[in-house]
Amino acid sequence: MVQRPTLDWHGRDVISIRDFSRAQIEDLLSHAQQIRPDSELLRGRVMASLFFEPSTRTQLSFATAMQRLGGEVIGFAGAEGSSLAKGESLQDTAKVVEKYADIIVMRHPLEGSARLVADTVSIPVINAGDGANQHPTQTLTDLFTIQRFHKRLDNLKIGLVGDLKYGRTVHSLALALSRFRQIALRLISPENLRMPPAILRELDGVVPYVETAELDLRDLDVVYVTRIQKERFPDIEEYEKVKGAYVIDLQACEQLQRDTILLHPLPRVDEITPDVDALPQAKYFEQTRNGVPVRMALLRLLLGA
Amino acid sequence: MNEELKVSKIKNGTVIDHITAGMAPIVLRILGITKGCSDTVIVAMNVKSHQIGLKDMVKVENRALAQETVKKIALVAPHATVNIIKDYKVAQKFKVELPSELIGIVRCPNRNCITNSSERVPSYFTVESKDPLALRCHYCEVLVDGASVDILL
Repeated sequence: MVQRPTLDWHGRDVISIRDFSRAQIEDLLSHAQQIRPDSELLRGRVMASLFFEPSTRTQLSFATAMQRLGGEVIGFAGAEGSSLAKGESLQDTAKVVEKYADIIVMRHPLEGSARLVADTVSIPVINAGDGANQHPTQTLTDLFTIQRFHKRLDNLKIGLVGDLKYGRTVHSLALALSRFRQIALRLISPENLRMPPAILRELDGVVPYVETAELDLRDLDVVYVTRIQKERFPDIEEYEKVKGAYVIDLQACEQLQRDTILLHPLPRVDEITPDVDALPQAKYFEQTRNGVPVRMALLRLLLGA
Repeated sequence: MNEELKVSKIKNGTVIDHITAGMAPIVLRILGITKGCSDTVIVAMNVKSHQIGLKDMVKVENRALAQETVKKIALVAPHATVNIIKDYKVAQKFKVELPSELIGIVRCPNRNCITNSSERVPSYFTVESKDPLALRCHYCEVLVDGASVDILL
């Protein structure tokens, strides 16, 4: 039996994790837990997948989610294929797509683009990444994964590791976790890639956190690793030095508890060595798989099916 | 000795009083008063004020303020009062007030924000805090504090 929505989701947009209350996060995760493939649920509905910049995982997982519920997918990947390349405004593109589709999923390199499209059209819009700003369905997937393994989203000790300055996934995750109780964050990063003050200000007084440059993974329920990007460093030597200090290898994993879960939004390059994949704590491929039920639940709820 | 500031009255126009000390030059820019302005403009800076310690003041002849201008002044001088002068008398007096939303008033400092692209969309900020001033871009969600506010002139 299909679970009925407990909150009003029909027709709303999903642009930023800031728009989500604790109750909404819990409601969505509960639906994601229940949802199963159903080729009738979204039959006849069309999802426009507007990827102005490419993305393997997010695009495929949204398409998979829609198809598993019987819906259809139209769209493009890369701005070259769109009328934007001919000089059409994003707002005009959105107004046109609105006439063809029931829901828009979009990724765009400019921050705020998804909010602009949501303000322009009357069908629901899901932000699948707007520049360095938000990627809410990644955060919901992260929370879903944590909840699946720990059976709770309160009372957790969570380590965020790597590039905490530019990594949007860690910003959104930290903000989402601030909706829950008894969360303690350990912010592990090189000095020049620390969590931005604007994010810390939102955590102040809500979530206790410590900042450290040491790769201390002891006594944590979740270790969330992000990639340190070479292009963020003016000096290549400095990058090599920092990169090596934040590689999660078998030795670093000796610090993990048996029930710690190791997450990564992927793609990884070399920040988690491949031999770690076999450890029971490594959950990043299950994390990416969890993106499908989360997106299935979201599509169904927003489309009011 | 009377320490009160004595400056000439204007016949018709606007007096902006209780401007945060040191901000009068920015208020003049907001008012669009530049070289070549032919109306009488009186500027006082760093004068004593019972209410805010030190203050600036600007008097401009033959000028009424648009609502947008008042919003811009509220961003740099939140305690300012506006006096509308008609025939040497105060015809109307009000305090500037920062609205909860600012559309087309402040430039987003994020160069990668959609409002700084070729897309035709005015900047849009919500006021998260008035004191200290904190604005959040409706689109890219960047938080801007008072010191970083870049008013569109």
